[in-house]
Amino acid sequence: MAVLVIAEHDNQVLKTSTLNTITAAQKINNEVHLIILGKDIQTLSDTSKSIHLISKVLKCDNEKLENFLPEILAPIIVKTALSYSHVIAPASTFGKNLLPRISALLDTTQVSDIIGIENENTFIRPIYAGNAISHVQTNQEINLLTIRPSSFEKCENSGGEATLEEIPFIDSEAKTHFVSKEVSKSDRPELGSARIVVSGGRGLENSDNFKLLYDLADKLNAAVGASRAAVDSGYIGNEYQVGQTGKMVAPELYIAVGISGAIQHLAGMKESKVIVAINKDLEAPIFNVADYGLSSDLFQAIPEIIKELDLLNQIDS
Amino acid sequence: MKLVYFIEIQMKVLVAVKRVVDYKVQIRVKSDNSGVETQNVKMSVNPPDENAIEEAVKLKEQGIATETIAISIGEDKCQDVLRTSMAMGIDRSILVKSQNSLEPLAVAKTLKKIIEKEKPDLVLMGKQAIDDDSNQTGQILSALLNWPQGCFISSLKIEDKKVLISREVDEGIEKLETSLPAVLTCDLRLNTPRFASLPNIMKAKKKPLEAIEIETLDIDIEPKIKTLKVIDPPTRKAGVMVKDVKELVQKLKNEAKVI
Ligand SMILES: Cc1cc2nc3c(=O)[nH]c(=O)nc-3n(C[C@H](O)[C@H](O)[C@H](O)COP(=O)(O)OP(=O)(O)OC[C@H]3O[C@@H](n4cnc5c(N)ncnc54)[C@H](O)[C@@H]3O)c2cc1C
Ligand SMILES: Nc1ncnc2c1ncn2[C@@H]1O[C@H](COP(=O)(O)O)[C@@H](O)[C@H]1O
Repeated sequence: MAVLVIAEHDNQVLKTSTLNTITAAQKINNEVHLIILGKDIQTLSDTSKSIHLISKVLKCDNEKLENFLPEILAPIIVKTALSYSHVIAPASTFGKNLLPRISALLDTTQVSDIIGIENENTFIRPIYAGNAISHVQTNQEINLLTIRPSSFEKCENSGGEATLEEIPFIDSEAKTHFVSKEVSKSDRPELGSARIVVSGGRGLENSDNFKLLYDLADKLNAAVGASRAAVDSGYIGNEYQVGQTGKMVAPELYIAVGISGAIQHLAGMKESKVIVAINKDLEAPIFNVADYGLSSDLFQAIPEIIKELDLLNQIDS
Repeated sequence: MKLVYFIEIQMKVLVAVKRVVDYKVQIRVKSDNSGVETQNVKMSVNPPDENAIEEAVKLKEQGIATETIAISIGEDKCQDVLRTSMAMGIDRSILVKSQNSLEPLAVAKTLKKIIEKEKPDLVLMGKQAIDDDSNQTGQILSALLNWPQGCFISSLKIEDKKVLISREVDEGIEKLETSLPAVLTCDLRLNTPRFASLPNIMKAKKKPLEAIEIETLDIDIEPKIKTLKVIDPPTRKAGVMVKDVKELVQKLKNEAKVI
């Protein structure tokens, strides 16, 4: 039986997490279908047909689906899910909010936040903030999985020729109503999929000082991240938090600035390829996971790095 | 004769509290790779569950909630997290005794049974247990009850029967309006949990704690997922300290080739 991937999108474009999820689905079975639920998603569904590796796109278009309330989405997906062996969603706040509802309605146990797939029944997932790795086996009629996007490459967005099928909307009379969404606007790359991430912690002391970090990020075309302490202190919004209770990232380069390296923070970034730590405390645990450590005052180091990068750019050009 | 009718408005809040290895403990994988060592390590209330407790107690103090109940499912020792909850201000507790640790689906089914009996108007829980990191139970429970779901909340306002919440999502903050009864899961940013004072710890010892055997609830708690092995995460190879910014930038460019 085929594998069903639940698309995460904003009614206009697919989120990168969807492309990561499709790659994970491919490791289970060659036949992967994509289900897209939303409002005014004709264009989105049409363009999704060309995603490499997808053989069918299922679409449910209704104005009540605009804000992705799980109470409305779940019953529709459940009906479709019955003809699949696996249903997979990204372990983003979208997927985490939605898939367990489907698990309840199907009376099936979901496996959360998978980082590796051994075979169609055996999955690898971190527990205890990544301080232990669990290999689990599930052999249910329908297997529900959320996968950690940063652990799977994104698939090609072109070359496919999927068919498009419309599925009926089911009205669930949800008692929950969408009020608003405060979305931070930024021209920087998306934190979850950026090649370089520059993260700041309590060491930055206030939100004004975060500008230093933004300058560095812009020089490197990097996304900005933060520790929970920085978010809790109001230096930056919650959507930037990296860690056990924030986002999971695995960029090629992660630069931790003024972050001590608590296990809950490491949980979200220690899969990064290259880690740089800048901290004035030589004993800070972040140095234990860093490939390159710089023991220095960040207020001195960051402007210097920016200067060095400018120099490099001059030489290169 | 004049008759006065009192309409008593009841608002019961139920809080689900999990007993987990304290977040400060450096955990150890068992040598037979069957799991993580939980014997003789410090155990505590799952951190976001403390936020759920705090919120429930605040609702009572504000006169919105009339009764607060904590519930924990697990071994006998879960009594300690229930006593902690009551020391923080929860009125009474229920312990559902289970020898084996349960999957989120089984936990949610157990909670549902208790909810059918206690009939709370609001269920508060943590967004995620920091041991299994499943992040499922609240969502499952909400679906089983067919109640509104509000996950990862960082603010809560209850006016009459209207419930206003802010949810922390990947893009920022989402605001929703819903109604009671509802299931809400709490983020650590919802509030700052209070410390239990010594007099309150003493008082909590006298608060009611009811114990129920899970077998008497007649639910399917068989695990559906099998743990094959639990292993240590791969360690990163030791890095180097650079002496200054110049060396750092050179190494990133020429050695790591990432900039
Ligand atoms: C259940 C739970 C979940 C959690 N989830 C997360 C999570 O998802 N993500 C997360 O990040 N945290 C999380 N935390 C919090 C975590 O435990 C730490 O408290 C937090 O990561 C600390 O943030 P920090 O490193 O910025 O602050 P601190 O630990 O205060 O460290 C600040 C660092 O900055 C350095 N510094 C200060 N000034 C300078 C300077 N001028 N130049 C250079 N260095 C300087 C200091 O030496 C210090 O090492 C969680 C905690 C719990 C209990
Ligand atoms: N054994 C349990 N007893 C009481 N509450 C639990 C239990 N397991 C999970 N919960 C609740 O469900 C939340 C989410 O847990 P999880 O889905 O396992 O990440 C926790 O924060 C608790 O509020």
